[in-house]
Amino acid sequence: MFHRESGVFKTSYRGDMALYPLPIAKWTVGIIAAIFIVVAPLALDDYYLSILNLIMIACVGAIGLNILVGYTGQISIGHAAFMSVGAYTAANLATKLGWDFWLTLPAGGLMAAAIGALVGVPSLRIKGLYLAIATLAGQLIIEWTINHVPAISGGTQASIEVPKPALFGYELKSQGELYGFLLFFTIIAIVGALNLVRSRIGRAFVAIRDQDIAAEIIGISIFRYKLLAFAISSFYAGVTGVLYTYYLGIANYEQFQLVTSIDYLAMIIIGGLGSILGSIFGAVFITLLPTFLRNFMESFGGLFFTDAELATVVPYLRLTVFGLLIIFFLVVEPEGLNRLWRNIRNYFRVWPFSY
Amino acid sequence: MRAWLKVGVAAGFAAATMAAAGLASAQNKEIVLGFQTDRTGATANIGVPLGTGYNDYVALVNSKGGVEGFKLKVVEIDNEYKVPPAVEGYERQKKEGAVIIGLFGTPHTQALTARLVEDKIPGTSPGFGSAMSRDGQKYPYLFPMAASYWSQMAGGLQFAKQQLGGNLKGKKIAYIMYDNPAGKEPLPVLEAIAKQEGFDFRVFAVPPPGVEMGAQILDLTQRYRPDFIITHLFGRAPSVSMKELKRNGYPMRKVVAMAWGGAEADIEAAGGYAAAEGYNTIQFAGAGNEFPVVREILNMYSQQGKEPPKDLRSSVMYNRGVLTAAIHVEGIRNAIKANGGKAPTGADVKKGFENISGFTLGGLVPPLKITPEDHEGGGWVKIYQVKGGALQPVGDWYQGFPAVLEQVLKNEAAKG
Repeated sequence: MFHRESGVFKTSYRGDMALYPLPIAKWTVGIIAAIFIVVAPLALDDYYLSILNLIMIACVGAIGLNILVGYTGQISIGHAAFMSVGAYTAANLATKLGWDFWLTLPAGGLMAAAIGALVGVPSLRIKGLYLAIATLAGQLIIEWTINHVPAISGGTQASIEVPKPALFGYELKSQGELYGFLLFFTIIAIVGALNLVRSRIGRAFVAIRDQDIAAEIIGISIFRYKLLAFAISSFYAGVTGVLYTYYLGIANYEQFQLVTSIDYLAMIIIGGLGSILGSIFGAVFITLLPTFLRNFMESFGGLFFTDAELATVVPYLRLTVFGLLIIFFLVVEPEGLNRLWRNIRNYFRVWPFSY
Repeated sequence: MRAWLKVGVAAGFAAATMAAAGLASAQNKEIVLGFQTDRTGATANIGVPLGTGYNDYVALVNSKGGVEGFKLKVVEIDNEYKVPPAVEGYERQKKEGAVIIGLFGTPHTQALTARLVEDKIPGTSPGFGSAMSRDGQKYPYLFPMAASYWSQMAGGLQFAKQQLGGNLKGKKIAYIMYDNPAGKEPLPVLEAIAKQEGFDFRVFAVPPPGVEMGAQILDLTQRYRPDFIITHLFGRAPSVSMKELKRNGYPMRKVVAMAWGGAEADIEAAGGYAAAEGYNTIQFAGAGNEFPVVREILNMYSQQGKEPPKDLRSSVMYNRGVLTAAIHVEGIRNAIKANGGKAPTGADVKKGFENISGFTLGGLVPPLKITPEDHEGGGWVKIYQVKGGALQPVGDWYQGFPAVLEQVLKNEAAKG
């Protein structure tokens, strides 16, 4: 992830396939994992943990969308709707049947995967912008269905209150406890995706993205793998919805409307299409940057504005700067933050003996 | 790498200043109010004047020496009408020591309901959120504190009854609603009152964003021909509904709009006051600038030698911001009095809220009575009619069909 050897020294397929070919890379990943598992929950207060929690939820969703859009090349703007499918499935199972999260979470994911594969059927015939419109229809149909079928949406105002996740009878309530809960599933999601994309399935996805006719000729079943991509991506989306539901304690489809789908597309485009690390970068960027900008401006805005003016100026200024930064990063590196990171890393690969 | 270093240093500096600010607020006698609004999102046309009204009232209180010796500080968050920023903003407000959170938007209210109980911080949702949350036993830390959609619907029907000669039997009422959860929420109340009063009703759903409703209005005016219309629309949709009804020749005085369809901006967008003459709106805060508290705010501005904000022209939303701030302040005042002048906690403010009664702010606030059971304060509404180029009050504050509302609340609560 962070390191590169200075040449090609691999002598076996196993070595070539390794996630982290260098010992130092394994160490770095280990240290990063230790920081998030041990140090972060001890060192950070509730506020920062809540930001991390939102980022982790966004990470899972962004990785899922990247598998579909970035790796398989199928544009989808129905991602948020699949989240709501997962959210409502889990919420109904948790409230009506009293299932625990370790059952509702995969159930929500599987239900979303099934619906996702169904919405993905048009992808067998249409591509690009046409597919985008077809998935948009999926988004709107799912929203409408949830809004109009009380059996799904339950409760007042199409929302279902869900009990907090419980582990052996112990309720996970505080930000710190929920952090652990979310971190566990985020790690599984990341490791799962990293392994998926280097497997046969992942290579089939990439082949379809690069040239689907060629892929079919070398023996990849387009039908199977396109639907599989939709299913896996929607599974991730469904899990995101379930995590959201447990984190907030409520399932509500108004959180998963078209705007949310666009937000997730923005994450993976800024982060880098076809890259797991890029999805994480994008999720962090979109979630954290507005917060960072606001805190930054409120700290320094006092030099230019009075407090009352600050309240009215900061939101607009923040939105402007946010937009400008997105343009800036895309102009500097159209392939996203992941590519930017790789450029930096490659520069230091043979540093200081670059020539 | 230099640039990165700079960003890192700047971030560290920002964190340090924030920490310093936190320390300073602990030394002064200061109470923090959390307030969320929407200045840049889908409902910015509401959020901006509402937020200005809120801040202006707090500034007015501070200029008069604060509350019982405490200065007030507002931590305002622009939640962009999105859930993640609202959650993050709430945690920020909690971290800064907010003892009350002014929520904004139904999805965000629902997302934070469980957190509020967890953290023992009261949150307010005037005019939105779930009508069920008036039940203070079930939702201990949520205060609608103004007429919910249920109360607004009941108020609208009461007004229709009065306008149609005191009897609704055999009449036809049309309900034009936004096809979302908020739009559908008042349906149980409409059904219950229709049964009691013996009138016929039909629902006309308009899919968001509701800028196209020609078919529905044509169906309504040409085929159904109702005796009265209640509309429950948001954003641009209210002005579109007014234009379409006008075009089809439906009399405006037989139309009443629920809370988010009756601002000055809606009337102007629909073609101005002359075109909208007779249009009725349901309000949970007084409209117009003729209130003592608004005059005091204007005074405060002129004393500081500043122009009053132009948001004052949008008095419906501005006054709702003032109402939110005024009830917040009143709850905090009660809390400080009850615990003998100490800085209140969120739980104290909750009790303070539950003691608010007879606080009318010169007519801007309805005669609320918030109790541990009734967090809505009675569900008071007032009709304002477009008349002679302004919104004029029709009658006084009233409650529509309170007995029916009580029954519906019981039924819905039993459903779970």
